[in-house]
This record gives sequence, C-alpha cells and structure tokens, in this order.
Amino acid sequence: MQRGLDSETKKQLEEEEKKIISEEHWYLDLPELKEKESFIIEEQSFLLCEDLLYGRMSFRGFNPEVEKLMLQMNAKHKAEEVEDETVELDVSDEEMARRYETLVGTIGKKFARKRDHANYEEDENGDITPIKAKKMFLMPQD
Amino acid sequence: MAEPASVAAESLAGSRARAARTVLGQVVLPGEELLLPEQEDAEGPGGAVERPLSLNAGARSRVRVVCGPGLRRCGDRLLVTKCGRLRHKEPGSGSGGGVYWVDSQQKRYVPVKGDHVIGIVTAKSGDIFKVDVGGSEPASLSYLSFEGATKRNRPNVQVGDLIYGQFVVANKDMEPEMVCIDSCGRANGMGVIGQDGLLFKVTLGLIRKLLAPDCEIIQEVGKLYPLEIVFGMNGRIWVKAKTIQQTLILANILEACEHMTSDQRKQIFSRLAES
Repeated sequence: MQRGLDSETKKQLEEEEKKIISEEHWYLDLPELKEKESFIIEEQSFLLCEDLLYGRMSFRGFNPEVEKLMLQMNAKHKAEEVEDETVELDVSDEEMARRYETLVGTIGKKFARKRDHANYEEDENGDITPIKAKKMFLMPQD
Repeated sequence: MAEPASVAAESLAGSRARAARTVLGQVVLPGEELLLPEQEDAEGPGGAVERPLSLNAGARSRVRVVCGPGLRRCGDRLLVTKCGRLRHKEPGSGSGGGVYWVDSQQKRYVPVKGDHVIGIVTAKSGDIFKVDVGGSEPASLSYLSFEGATKRNRPNVQVGDLIYGQFVVANKDMEPEMVCIDSCGRANGMGVIGQDGLLFKVTLGLIRKLLAPDCEIIQEVGKLYPLEIVFGMNGRIWVKAKTIQQTLILANILEACEHMTSDQRKQIFSRLAES
C-alpha cells in the first residue's frame, strides 16, 4: 500500500501548482522604463533664494525681548561661528576623577560586612586602595 | 524698459532656448526655456571645443541645481512661469549648482512651507483655530502648537487675535497647517502678537525688499523713534509705536516706500527728523 505520493510526484505537483498561481497574476508586458535621474530640484520657498532677516524687529528698546531675539536669530542666520563657551568649572576634571575614585571605596565600606573590611585597607595617606580580586574556589577545568 | 522687452520678444519669436547664465538680471517672460550651464557646453560649436578630461570619463558630472519660485523643471531645462528678473545665487558651501529664481511682484500670497506669516484667528472649533493668512483657505492651528501648551494648560487665544507662526504643511492638495513653535519646541518669537498696533497689507515683493540684510529703509526707520514691527511673508505688516500718530506715520512710510526713489525717501526722513 502506498503511503502518500512519491517525493518526485509531490515535487511535480507543487511546481504545477506554482505555475498555475503565477500565471493567474496579471502583469504589464511593457519594457522597463528607466527612471531619469533628475538633477533639478523644485522649491517654492524664497528662504533658500534670498537671505532674509528675521521677521520681528524692535528698535530703540521698545520691546527688549524682541531685540534679544533679533540678535539671536540674525546671528544664527549669518552662521557666525559661536565659540563653544567652555563652562568655567569650579572643580577641574582631574580632581573630580580623584574624588570619585575614593568615593567608591568610602561608600562601599559602609555596606561591606566585617569580613570584607579587609579589602578596604587604608594606605598611609588615608586613600583607600582598590579592591583586590578575592581568592575564591575555582572549579577544576577539565 | 523697451530694450529688454524687445530682446525677450525676439527670443520668443526665435523659440530657441537661451542659456540661463546670459539672462541673469534680465526680464524673462513665462514660456521661455532656459538652458543650464552644462547643457550649454554640449550644444556649443559642434563639440569642437575640447573639454578638460575628467577622472571618471564615463559619467557626466551632474550638479544639482535648485529651481526656485517662478521656475519649473521641464526635462533638462528650466521653464519660466512668472514674469520678472532672473536671479541666481551661488552655493555657499557644500555641493549644488546654486539656486535660480524669478524676482516677480504680486499681491496674492500662496502658502509655502516654512514661511513665517501673520494670521488673524477667525474661528475656534474644538482643538483647532482657523487662521486667515490671505491664501485660498484658512490655515489650521492646533492649540498644542504653542510653547508650553498642554491639554490642561491651554494658550490664551481669542477670535480676532494676531498670530505670528510658520507653515508646516502647505501644498496645493491640502489645507495649510501652521504652528507657533519650532522643531525644538521653542517659540522663537512666534505666537500671539501683543495688544494695540496696526496691521496693514503690502505687496510680497516689498516684504522681501524690506527684509533684505542691507535694507536702508529699515535702518533709517529704526532711528526715528522706538517702535516694533513684525513682517509676515504673506504681505502683512504689523507696526506699533508709543503714540497713535507715530504708528500711522510709520505705516504710511512703509506703504509708500515701495514707489519712492531713495532721494525722495531721504527728504521725507529728514523732514520727519526735524519735526
């Protein structure tokens, strides 16, 4: 008794089904149209064409907010390179790094148990040295 | 004025496209075709001109050109759709062959995306304000497009208020939409324009002339007395000064300066400065 169809006949049947389905689909029998790469861009806005100033203006201190805006917007528009104002730091970066280094130890000490206090041995200067890797039991690697 | 007109008429009669470079600053009429610089080389004297060898000999280097207001793309050429003077701007930085446009004059405004305009609130329906900007239909302005506006904290806008905003959607197929906020969420001077003052209408060309970076009229006006002006690209100007008389003088000057020569203008300013 044959259990199902042969693999070959199965394949043939599948192919025939696919053919029927794809032939049913409609398509236009036209040659491929090449899309011309257009290098002309159409814009209807005058902003690109002419450098126009900002639309709100105030003179002789009539509206101080608008005068501030005028300076801002017209400077932006003229693309003056605004030098990156380096924010004056009260504390320099190096000092910050040093503080953080010790801070980690101080806070860590607070939460460490008595046994772990050994890891937070203090140096001569009072700086807390970084935690050394604990010697734990390692599984034998086969 | 007769000479450029006759030149234009000749070219129309000849119906040969002219090179855009040669027509800069001259009057062009609708229907003319303009050649861009690269095509002009190709149609030169029978290809006898030796062109410098480019590294990629195969591809023709195409420079992107922007055609601005008054021009349309027609195949590889530019087609003029408005009468006026042809202008060109070199590209400042980066790629591109620059911008060509026609400097024309008109009173009717057509909404364009990105333009800052003055609108009058005509209706308030639900969450949207209808704002008249002088175009074919009123623009819509959502109440959330103001700085610091939330659903609980609504902006204080009434019917009849003046709004300075910019378009985010403006094409011939859809209703224009405007906002009073920029892409970062800041107002940048947009929003409801304050109390008092006078709103009047001028031609669009005058607005562009007044907003040019080197405009003498604005510099002279600014020296007269303390005042505030808002220019909308839809041809509307709002002015405010300390007294009504000063406001009216200012409005008259701005309306009239379009048709005055610079000498007449200086006369008027000197007379004003005296009084």
